[in-house]
Amino acid sequence: MALPTKLDLEVVTPEGLLLKETVDEVIVPGELGYFGVLPGHTPFLSTLGVGELTYRIGATKKRLTCFWGFCEVLPHRVSILAEVGERAEDIDVTRAEKAKELAAQRLKTIKEESGYAEAHRDYMKAVTRLATAQHRRD
Amino acid sequence: MVSAAKLRRAQEAMFGARPYSRKMLEVLNSMASRATPEAHPLLEERAGTRSLLLVITSDKGLCGGFNANITRAAGRFMAENSDRELKLYLVGRKGRDYFKRRSATVKAEAIGVFQALRYSAAQKIGQELITAFTSGEVDRVYLVYNEFKSVIQQRIVVDPLLPIQRTAFDPRDPGLDYLYEPAPSGIFASVLPKYVEVRVWQALLESAAAEHGARMAAMDAATNNASDTIDRLTLYMNKVRQAAITKEIIEVVSGAGS
Repeated sequence: MALPTKLDLEVVTPEGLLLKETVDEVIVPGELGYFGVLPGHTPFLSTLGVGELTYRIGATKKRLTCFWGFCEVLPHRVSILAEVGERAEDIDVTRAEKAKELAAQRLKTIKEESGYAEAHRDYMKAVTRLATAQHRRD
Repeated sequence: MVSAAKLRRAQEAMFGARPYSRKMLEVLNSMASRATPEAHPLLEERAGTRSLLLVITSDKGLCGGFNANITRAAGRFMAENSDRELKLYLVGRKGRDYFKRRSATVKAEAIGVFQALRYSAAQKIGQELITAFTSGEVDRVYLVYNEFKSVIQQRIVVDPLLPIQRTAFDPRDPGLDYLYEPAPSGIFASVLPKYVEVRVWQALLESAAAEHGARMAAMDAATNNASDTIDRLTLYMNKVRQAAITKEIIEVVSGAGS
């Protein structure tokens, strides 16, 4: 069987379809670290962590934020099922900055275990959003 | 008009969630088809036939045949499978009221989830279904609900939910097992329960949108019927009045003539 030369990338969240495009390469934030996918990848299944999803069409690269969920890789297709995700252009920078400060404050003051994990999640989310938004401006 | 606004909101929520649950289904089917049934308890096909029906009706009435169709479909399923041991999980007040008067084993009920539909409701129901299945209390779980086809049309769906169905392969993919990261047991444990929740969530959303659509259609029909009746009665009233006036005039004329 000839290997496919393109990937069909689909990103969905519970709020709706975020992205559906034919791409050349995808870099996905897996739970255990980032991994790159080129067309013809072996079937692969991974849970997602917190981070930035990058995809490339020709020479242009685009970014999304991507938080938790899981992802299926097939030779001709990549399906991302993220719990939260947004396009770089949809990120509200001022809100993310505020959220980052708030979460950082909480991280400093919180004592008990459970609240800490939640604050850390919020912090990571805000930082990732800011980083993704930053790239857009470069 | 109130229903129209509610319908729009429910419809948006439902259409938004559809791609996610479709995709989830697709990935899970492909995942479940590759994995062996022993990989996770939710994939295990058992010989037993004890079944649990999740029947989704509405909390409120005045929506035409919406609830009657569901209870009838559930009743038919029960009649066809009368040799099985059947239990019901009822969502919505109307379904509960219906089955309370009949000889059915009700395992649990959820009333009032549609007032403010939250994912946590689906999560709770999903968890209970999973517990019932994995503990061996039931061997199969089915969903019975109204699928939203269009504003004026609903489709009754009776779908198997557990064990998770395994489907045929896409011919384009080589049918190899996946590489997993982290280990398969970890992925299955986090993803399969999620699948059940998403299926329940989607069913609740569909049912909510369908309910508003059905209510709008029913209220529209009721308004039309009422205005028809008003027209008929107005015509009748005018006829009667005219007859009375004519009679009086005749009396006056004949009185003057004599």
